[in-house]
Amino acid sequence: MWLIMTALAAIITTLIWYVKAPEDKYKLGLLSLMFWGATLMWLVDHVMAYLMEGGEFLEINLDATLLGISVILIALLVWIAVLLISDPKGVIKRVLKG
Amino acid sequence: MACFLAPMTQAIVTTVIQKNLEKKEKLAGEGAVGKSGISWSRKLGWLNKLLWGGVVLLAFEHLWHGEIVPWPPFLTAMENPADIVPMLQEIATFGVGMAVFVTIIWGIIVIIAETKVKNVPKVQASPDSGGA
Repeated sequence: MWLIMTALAAIITTLIWYVKAPEDKYKLGLLSLMFWGATLMWLVDHVMAYLMEGGEFLEINLDATLLGISVILIALLVWIAVLLISDPKGVIKRVLKG
Repeated sequence: MACFLAPMTQAIVTTVIQKNLEKKEKLAGEGAVGKSGISWSRKLGWLNKLLWGGVVLLAFEHLWHGEIVPWPPFLTAMENPADIVPMLQEIATFGVGMAVFVTIIWGIIVIIAETKVKNVPKVQASPDSGGA
């Protein structure tokens, strides 16, 4: 389930990035690449596990859904941290200067 | 168990290479940009974002499933000697597979980007030329 949710997040962020491109003031390119990296890695993990061990390709249950939501939140948290540290609008600088 | 360690190792190596390239390109100025017009440090930056993003989110998933813990030895498989060999096998198969797949996709992205940049005309029509 987390594979599907991460892939969906990757598609949505890529679309938003494309609409705003070439401007990438808010580092949406970083967020979409983060989601794509995780999506590709989990895709390999799911395919290899399915081929080698069998069983269900996708885990669809409450735990897997909560994990998917948490993964998206972690990615957003990392992105916000990078955004605030780099401060592209200079807002934090201005706030701190009073 | 710890499959993300393989892409993490690759990410560390490629990040170091990217930082070194950035320094060299800064010193070389515009000459550092390749034939395509996209510098190698920029291309490696895309790979690093893919790798680090995947590593961070996969590490969280492993934490969720209790496969890694925030205290030594960090990997729960290390607590039981019988689990160490399967863990290493998983890193060698799943982990290396992930790293290779992400790198292949990045390679495709680089080829497409270079082709797109090459197709952009270098000399744009000046406002003085042409017209009636």
